[in-house]
Amino acid sequence: MRQRRRPTTRGGELRGNAAGPVSGAFAECAGVTRRFGRFVAVDDVDLRLTGGEVIGLLGANGAGKTTLIRMLLGLLPVSAGEVRLFGEPPSRGTRQRIGYVPQTLGLYDDLTATENLAFSAAVFGGGAGDGRPAALGPYRDTLVGALPLGVQRRVAFAEALAHRPDLLILDEPTSGVDPLSRARLWETIGEAAAAGAGVLVTTHYMDEAGECSRLVIMAGGRVVAQGTAAEITGDHQVTVVETDAWARAFGALEAAGLPAALAGRSLRVPGAPPDDVRRALGGIEARVSQAPSTLEERFFELTSITSATEAHG
Amino acid sequence: MSGAIGSDDDVTGPWWGTDAVSVWYGKVLALDRVTFRAVPGQVSAVVGGDGAGRTTLLRCLAGALAASDGEIRRPAASRIGYLPAGSGTYPDLTVAENLAFRAAVYGVHAAGRSAEYLERAGLSAARDRLAGQLSGGMRQKLGVIAAMLHQPALLVLDEPTTGVDPVSRVEVWWLIARAAADGAAVLLATSYLDEAERASQVLALDAGRELAAGTPEQIVAAMPGTVRVMNARPAGDEARRAWRRNARWRVWVPDGPAAALGDGWGDPVPPEASATLDGESVQPDLQDAVTVASLARELARSGGDRKCGSGGDGP
Repeated sequence: MRQRRRPTTRGGELRGNAAGPVSGAFAECAGVTRRFGRFVAVDDVDLRLTGGEVIGLLGANGAGKTTLIRMLLGLLPVSAGEVRLFGEPPSRGTRQRIGYVPQTLGLYDDLTATENLAFSAAVFGGGAGDGRPAALGPYRDTLVGALPLGVQRRVAFAEALAHRPDLLILDEPTSGVDPLSRARLWETIGEAAAAGAGVLVTTHYMDEAGECSRLVIMAGGRVVAQGTAAEITGDHQVTVVETDAWARAFGALEAAGLPAALAGRSLRVPGAPPDDVRRALGGIEARVSQAPSTLEERFFELTSITSATEAHG
Repeated sequence: MSGAIGSDDDVTGPWWGTDAVSVWYGKVLALDRVTFRAVPGQVSAVVGGDGAGRTTLLRCLAGALAASDGEIRRPAASRIGYLPAGSGTYPDLTVAENLAFRAAVYGVHAAGRSAEYLERAGLSAARDRLAGQLSGGMRQKLGVIAAMLHQPALLVLDEPTTGVDPVSRVEVWWLIARAAADGAAVLLATSYLDEAERASQVLALDAGRELAAGTPEQIVAAMPGTVRVMNARPAGDEARRAWRRNARWRVWVPDGPAAALGDGWGDPVPPEASATLDGESVQPDLQDAVTVASLARELARSGGDRKCGSGGDGP
C-alpha cells in the first residue's frame, strides 16, 4: 500500500464503488492540487473516506495537511483536481454535515462553555441540542478562556458533534493533554465513527495511529504512504546499540555520520546495517542487534527521502 | 524553609533535584511535597496533563521560582539551561542573533556549536530568519539549542516537543541526547508517554502530587492489578476503570489489599471476581501504568458511592 494510487475514476463515477461499510464516499479527493504562486502546497492527492472509517493524516509541518483540510471544508478552492463531499462539490449544504475542530479549537474565550455551544447550535440552525452538557459538568458556566486545555478540547468536541455530523474533521485534537484525557477524546471520536460518521484526524502522536482504520502520510504536499501502521512499517529494521558507554557510542556514531536516537540507555540507528554500526563503534563494548522500525522511525525515513529528493531534484 | 543548596560541596554532587518541595500560589497548592532527581548524563522526564504541576516543578529547578517548602538542589544559575514553556527565544531577533546573544550572555564562544546544532536541527537555511517568523517546530528547536548552547550542567526543557511535528521531534531528541552525552542532567516535561519511555527516570504528576516515579520499568512493575483488553466497552462498574486505546478497550482490574499499593495510587476499587471477567490480560506499558494511576486517583477523588478516600489528599 506504499505506492501512490493514480485516480482511476473521475467526477460522478467516484461514488459508490467502495467495499466499505457505507456505499458512497463521504469525502473524496481526486488529483487534488493547490498552488500558492509557484509553491505547490498540495500535489496531486487522492483520498477517499467512507462512513465509519477513521483516517489518520500524518505529516511534518508544511506537508500540506492543513491546506488539504481547508480544501475539503470548502474554505480554499483547488488549483487542480476535484474535491467531493457526499458526492457533490463542497458547499454550504455539505458544510452542514461536517463537524470541524481546528488546531486553535475555534472557541470564543469570553463566552462560557454553554454559550459557545448555544452559539454554534444557532449557526447550524439546530436546537440547543444536548451539547453533551453532562461531560462538561461543573465547567458549563465557566468562560472558555479560563478552562484547562483538556476541558477546552472537550467543549470544542461537543460543539463539533452537536449537529450530529456525518463527517468529522479534527486537526491535532489531542495535542498537549494527558493520557487519560486523550483516551477520553478518542472514546468520543470512536463513538462518532461507530455511529457511522467518517473521521479525518491529523496528529503528531504516533501512538494514536492504532486508533485509526488507516493512515495517510504526507510529505512535500504528496501522499508518500498509506495503509495501516503495520503495512507502513513493513519489515523495515533499525540497528540497536546497547552499551554502558552510550555517550561515547553516540559520539562515535555521530563522527561516522550515523545519527543515533537515544531510547533509555540504548541507541537506535535507522538506515545503517549492524556491520556499519559495529565498525563505527570501534573498540566500544556494545551489543548490536536489529529491531523492527517504529512508525515514527519509518515516518522520518519516508519524509526525509521526500525532502532530499526535493532538495536535489 | 525554601532555598537552593549552593555550597561548593553540593554543586559537585551527582544529582540535581528537589526534596519534598511544595509550592503555594496564594491558596492553591501547585506542588505537594514532590521529590525528584535529575542525574548528569541522563534524560529524566516529567509527565502529566494541564495543571499537573510540571511547569511549577521545572521553574523551581531552573531557579525561576522559589519553593514554599522543601529543598531544591541545583547548580549555579550560569550552569543551568532553561527552555520555558512557549519558546524562550526573541521573536525580533534572527535565528543567528538569538544564538549569538545567548552565547554573549553566558560569555561563551559557541560559533562552532551553533553551526553544528543548527545543521543537525535542520535550521541552517533559516539562520537569517526572524525567530518570530519560524513555524512552531522550528522555534522550539531554536529554543532547545539556545538553552543548551553554553553546555549547562542542568538542562531544563518545558515541553520541548508539544505540538512539534514528528520530524522535528526526532531532531529535538537528537539535541537532547547530545546534551546528555556531553554530561548534562536533562529534565524535560512532556505529555507524550512514548517520549517518557525513552527517559531514564520518569515522574508522573497529577494535581501537584506524585502519581508514579522511577524508571519506566519500575513504574510498570509497580502498577497494582492487571490490565485486560476487550473489543467492546465494558458495562457497569467496570466502565469506570476502562479506557480506550488502539481502537479497543482496556480495563484495569485492581487486586491486593489497599495497604500494599502504597501512596499515590489512591484507594483501590475492591477486587471483583476477576476470574469471571471478559477479555485477555496484557502486559502493560508505561502508558497503561500512568493511565491506571490517573484512573485510581480519579476514582478515589470521586468517592461518592464507594468508600474511597486516599487519606493523603493534602489540604
